Amino acid sequence: MIEGLPALYIFMLAAFTGYEVISRVPVILHTPLMSGSNFVHGIVLVGAMIALGRAEGTLELTIGFFAVTLAAGNAVGGYFSTVRMLEMFKTSSKGEK
Amino acid sequence: MTFLIDAVYFITTAVFILGLKQMSSPVTAHRGIVWAGIAMVIATLVTFGAQDISLDIASINLQLMLLAIIIGSGIAYFSAKRVAMTDMPQMIAMYNGMGGGAAAAIAAVELVKLSSATQSDVVTHDATMQVLAVLGAVIGSVSFSGSAIAFAKLQGIMKKTLRLPLHQLINIVLFIGVLVTGYLVATGQPVSFNLVIIFFILAIILGVMLTLPIGGADMPVVISLFNALTGLAVAFEGFVLNNAAMIVAGTVVGSAGTLLTQLMAKAMNRPISNVLFSSFGSGGGTAVEEDIEGSMKEIQAMDAAIMMAYAQKVIIVPGYGMAVAQAQHKLKELEDLLEARGVEVKYAIHPVAGRMPGHMNVLLAEAGVDYDRIFDLEEINPEFPTADVALVIGANDVVNPVARTNPDSPIYGMPILNADKAQNVIVIKRGKGAGFSGIENHLFYADNTRMLYGDGQKAVSELIAGVKTL
Repeated sequence: MIEGLPALYIFMLAAFTGYEVISRVPVILHTPLMSGSNFVHGIVLVGAMIALGRAEGTLELTIGFFAVTLAAGNAVGGYFSTVRMLEMFKTSSKGEK
Repeated sequence: MTFLIDAVYFITTAVFILGLKQMSSPVTAHRGIVWAGIAMVIATLVTFGAQDISLDIASINLQLMLLAIIIGSGIAYFSAKRVAMTDMPQMIAMYNGMGGGAAAAIAAVELVKLSSATQSDVVTHDATMQVLAVLGAVIGSVSFSGSAIAFAKLQGIMKKTLRLPLHQLINIVLFIGVLVTGYLVATGQPVSFNLVIIFFILAIILGVMLTLPIGGADMPVVISLFNALTGLAVAFEGFVLNNAAMIVAGTVVGSAGTLLTQLMAKAMNRPISNVLFSSFGSGGGTAVEEDIEGSMKEIQAMDAAIMMAYAQKVIIVPGYGMAVAQAQHKLKELEDLLEARGVEVKYAIHPVAGRMPGHMNVLLAEAGVDYDRIFDLEEINPEFPTADVALVIGANDVVNPVARTNPDSPIYGMPILNADKAQNVIVIKRGKGAGFSGIENHLFYADNTRMLYGDGQKAVSELIAGVKTL
């Protein structure tokens, strides 16, 4: 169980990590990076699956179903839109003289 | 099994962070997203082994789960594959809103569970978790409905910025309502079911109301902000579900997204509070009815083509209009033709050109323009005086000199591309209207500016035809 002070430490360290990781990103990658980080919070899918897994009764099942549908959309959509954007950079760098 | 799952989550989290790191350099970016993608698939697969998930195929939970994954991924896959590159910003808004909605829904499941629990069950429950669930629920709901509005606006489903009378007051009342119901839900022992419903409805309306008055030019900042918020909501729900991968990945996105939002707001010279609480231009006080010297002078495509073909240096300034007209491929063609004649061609990209930072770069990359021809504001501004022609295509506010000269203007102080300093300026523009902000552009009236009216793609095609005949 993660709680109390250790939880706060994890939160703080992760926050600094996020800040550091993208602090030196060139402007041209801002949109792909936003899309990429959008994909990363698609990890909400595993949480949605667990929530649906332990849902009981129609209401909980319905909400859980929505949670998983939305989360899967976040992860899959985030991935393919990011890949599409970044593939352009790949082809254009190959074209460089 | 639990150990295996934890180990996989641990590695997944590390790969996410490394992936994001790689995504901040053009060379490794593609690898970064692929790694993160593989990690996500593995994390999802091992989650099926979690204690809370029954692998019995007769279980309704499992059936619904598989169905939900198929539906959600299917819709997202096809929409992401089909959408035009120019519509990418609103798709990011949509996928992000889905994530926020998922986080809120997780909170809803947990809270509904609590509300149906009997008095004796409640004792076992941790009060901190209840508070965190509520926090994640608010943030997730606002991000969900707000992103939906952002999507509708950018997609053109909702054209106008809507501002109700007493809008600010309504927002404050709503906010207090969310706060009060949220507090009651967070501390309720047991939680009242009706209160949970009211709480979610209020939070969703709040997201709508916050986003409605925000104009299109500010949308990228707002989407980025919602992206950060969704990350935070995911992190909070991670605490609730005791899932370290969600906590760390969510927090990393939360802080990275916040930084990105700040960078964008800074590029537009608008504090984030302004973006959220005052719609563009409305805070400008008296509507400035200034006299503009000079008049707009039209030019024919052939004359413009001659001007560019015999220039030594041409700087192209693309804006949202180029994206709408899908003129990037034609621009590349024009660039090649001009270069074949020995003209030096450079692209100048304003940080907020288009709908998002980097939007123009993505489109130009799509057309095959080399990175080393594309320049940032700081790099290119000193070069405008030495350029023979600045070709402004579909950009407006980002080249408006009043940002430098007129302290009364709403965009005063915003860094702009000094296209007006070039020897000649050719502006390709659909009509005579003002820009996104509704501010008259003095550049269009300058003595060295010529207007080439027409759709971006058609106008550039005419320029190409013109250069070819020379």
